[in-house]
Amino acid sequence: MRRLVEGVGVPRLLVGLFLLILFALAGLERLPVKMLISSALVRIGMNGVLVLAMLPSIRAGLGLNFGLPLGVIAGIVGMLVSLELRLSGLAGFFFALLVGVLLSLPVGYAYGLLLNRVKGEEMMVGTYTGFSAVAGMCMFWLLAPFKNPEMIWVVGGKGLRVTIPIGHRFGGVLDNLGKFSIGGVEVPTGLLLFFAFLCVLVHLFSFTRTGIAMKAAGMNPAFARASGVNVEKMRILGATLSTVLGAVGIAVYAQSLGFVQLYLAPLMMAFPAVAAVLLGGASTSRATVFNAVAGVTLFQTLLTISLPVTQSVIGGDISEVAKLIISNGMILYALTRKEA
Amino acid sequence: MPSAPMVLKMEGITKEFYGNPVLKNVSLDVKQGEIHGLVGENGAGKTTLMNILFGMPVIQETGGFSGRILFDGREFLPREPRQAMAAGIGMVHQEFMLIPGFSVTENIKLNREITRENLLSRMFSRKLETLDMPAMAADSRKAIDALAFEGIDEWAPVAGMPVGHKQFVEIAREIDKENVKLLVFDEPTAVLTESEAAILLDALKRLARRGIGILFISHRLDEVLATCDRITVLRDGEVVAEKKAGETTVIELAELMVGRKVDGLRLADEAKPPETGEDVLVVEDLSVNMPGERVRGVSFTVKRGEILGIGGLAGHGKLGIANGIMGLQPASGRVKFLGKEISLNDPLSALKAGLAFVSEDRRNIGLLLDETLEDNLVLAAMQVHGRFLRRVGPFAMRDSGSIRRHALETIKEFDIRTTGPRQVVRRLSGGNQQKVCIARAISLEPKLLLVSEPTRGIDVGAKQKVLEILYRLNREKGLTIIMTSSELVELRRICHRIMIMYDGKIAGILPPDASDAEFGLTMSGEKSTERSGEHETTG
Repeated sequence: MRRLVEGVGVPRLLVGLFLLILFALAGLERLPVKMLISSALVRIGMNGVLVLAMLPSIRAGLGLNFGLPLGVIAGIVGMLVSLELRLSGLAGFFFALLVGVLLSLPVGYAYGLLLNRVKGEEMMVGTYTGFSAVAGMCMFWLLAPFKNPEMIWVVGGKGLRVTIPIGHRFGGVLDNLGKFSIGGVEVPTGLLLFFAFLCVLVHLFSFTRTGIAMKAAGMNPAFARASGVNVEKMRILGATLSTVLGAVGIAVYAQSLGFVQLYLAPLMMAFPAVAAVLLGGASTSRATVFNAVAGVTLFQTLLTISLPVTQSVIGGDISEVAKLIISNGMILYALTRKEA
Repeated sequence: MPSAPMVLKMEGITKEFYGNPVLKNVSLDVKQGEIHGLVGENGAGKTTLMNILFGMPVIQETGGFSGRILFDGREFLPREPRQAMAAGIGMVHQEFMLIPGFSVTENIKLNREITRENLLSRMFSRKLETLDMPAMAADSRKAIDALAFEGIDEWAPVAGMPVGHKQFVEIAREIDKENVKLLVFDEPTAVLTESEAAILLDALKRLARRGIGILFISHRLDEVLATCDRITVLRDGEVVAEKKAGETTVIELAELMVGRKVDGLRLADEAKPPETGEDVLVVEDLSVNMPGERVRGVSFTVKRGEILGIGGLAGHGKLGIANGIMGLQPASGRVKFLGKEISLNDPLSALKAGLAFVSEDRRNIGLLLDETLEDNLVLAAMQVHGRFLRRVGPFAMRDSGSIRRHALETIKEFDIRTTGPRQVVRRLSGGNQQKVCIARAISLEPKLLLVSEPTRGIDVGAKQKVLEILYRLNREKGLTIIMTSSELVELRRICHRIMIMYDGKIAGILPPDASDAEFGLTMSGEKSTERSGEHETTG
């Protein structure tokens, strides 16, 4: 029993138990449990890549990537370009990914350069870099030279809308790819496979020469330097990879959601992702793909199921409150402990 | 003054750190108005003894000590530095504890300010009283004048002052305390110029005449001899001698400090350097800006197949040399290895050229403590030489097969006591961690190995083992080694030549069988010695 607790970790055990209770309650209240599971699966897939984006940053010693909105913005611009060209289906989605990734490379590189100047304060600086970038982009969205009427304000004919529906373009392309139903539970095959594919890539990267060098640079810069590793370069690489994954992540997120959200929407994007990877057992200096997968599964399932259950049991909605308590509580918990 | 009463009497002080005795039955006393010198090599126990006197928390945390301290005739057992200060013990630190933005007066009077009442303080609390700056400045002036050092203005800010002046401010602060009965000076002249040092030593004598007892710790034996009334020599945690200043000589003190019977197997069987070996490493005018271990322009060569030892007291630059050559500390000068120039300040260049380094800082630079033994072993070789990798498409992946084989061989060869190659190195004992560090460097298949403080912080058995490993690598595999160590005895056991550093320069290169006195004198900068080799001497 004790080994089980140590292996899984107290936070995960508590959340897991809480989840079981919620499921039991959902059954008792005769809620559509199967539908809840289906929607949890979608939410796991749609948030998964954003959570995965935390790993390169943590491994390179930059801590949690609170600057995730940078990658998110790059990904959004990628999608807007794809929409502007009126592309749709998988082609539209992958074109959006391509543009997003290309844009996020220089952004991530510059972000890495910035973080190299503020060693020890990466997370604080990252948070405000993200905030500033989101605010700065608000002006861009208003002035951007996009012409497609699907995206711009109907009145005035200028400036991008706050929410752009993409249902008819590439909304749900991954979710619906090879979708099947088993015992009433719908499985978004394409979405989960895409997430799994990226997980495998990130996992394999950690066994490459560069991946190992990056990990060493993150764990102990002095050691890495003495072993012939260029620590600054590895930190820039970590920031870049994290930003690229952020761009991919938002595209996956948007296609599931069916909307591209602009203006202040990316502002808080980093926090649920940070909370999920921490809930999965990562610390500010150590994280594995398993942490990301376990974290996003627990966190998103909890969010999905707590809303209807609490609504039917106590007649009110505490899901938003629960989300805030859990995500900010997790972040606080992790930041106050130096070691994993 | 034989009849003067005792200020401090320490009796039978014994202290262990985790079963390692560092002080054995040490007794020491200081009379009123006496300057008492305390000398000894690094690790002789001087610092621990002072930590006990000051009630530093580290002493209680590691299980306290046994023995008795009498201060001013009363039993005294300080549990925190505040108590020691309250009792009247002043300490002049090696590192300055001054606030740069404050003036000299503010620094001297910090926390002991002279204040006047005002309206607010009457209403609320004494903490709101007005500072009486003129009175404070007058006090500071008095303290500075007592040192007979004119160069300091009591209103000047401390920031930007020459280090010598800061040292005087620090001392002025201690003597300004009214109840001070005993002052401890820990290497006060290390950062001073000669003329400043002379003024300081004068000031010490003047302070002593006012009836203050002074405990003076220094590596400069001539100073100790010229200033102190009595001198206690510590060696390996024991008092080996207590001498009156008039009845001893620098040479005798030096011998007492380092003299140890060289026991166990003497490894340096053929002490002569290999005559045939050509110079593999040529260092010219190397300066290294390593904090606390500065190197100021040294030139030397290393012959193929020899073990060159680098010794010297702490802070004189012996550790800076290897760190500079390996590019880990900012350095300038020229280093040529096998005829090829190594670019400084670039660790990869040194590693690629075939050098490997075992750092003195095992836990921070030497190892990734939370990684497995096998990953620690191969990481550098993987990054530098691209070994232990397997190509998968465009990617170079970690090759677990060859890594495991290498780890198992290494564990056997170096006799590393571990549960297996997957054990996390943090769980290994210090000695075994050190073996991993050396094995890690050897995994790079180096042509020259630099080892710093290989036996620091490990138990006696492991020390022997580590020395044997180095000896075997050199004598059996012909590996050229530069070994830096504070333990002179160990250098003398396995090195062909021993280079002694003093004040960032080479004070001399001695054969391992040179006399204790010769080593002692060279280490304390009394004498530049050159007995083996044609290398230029600076220092």
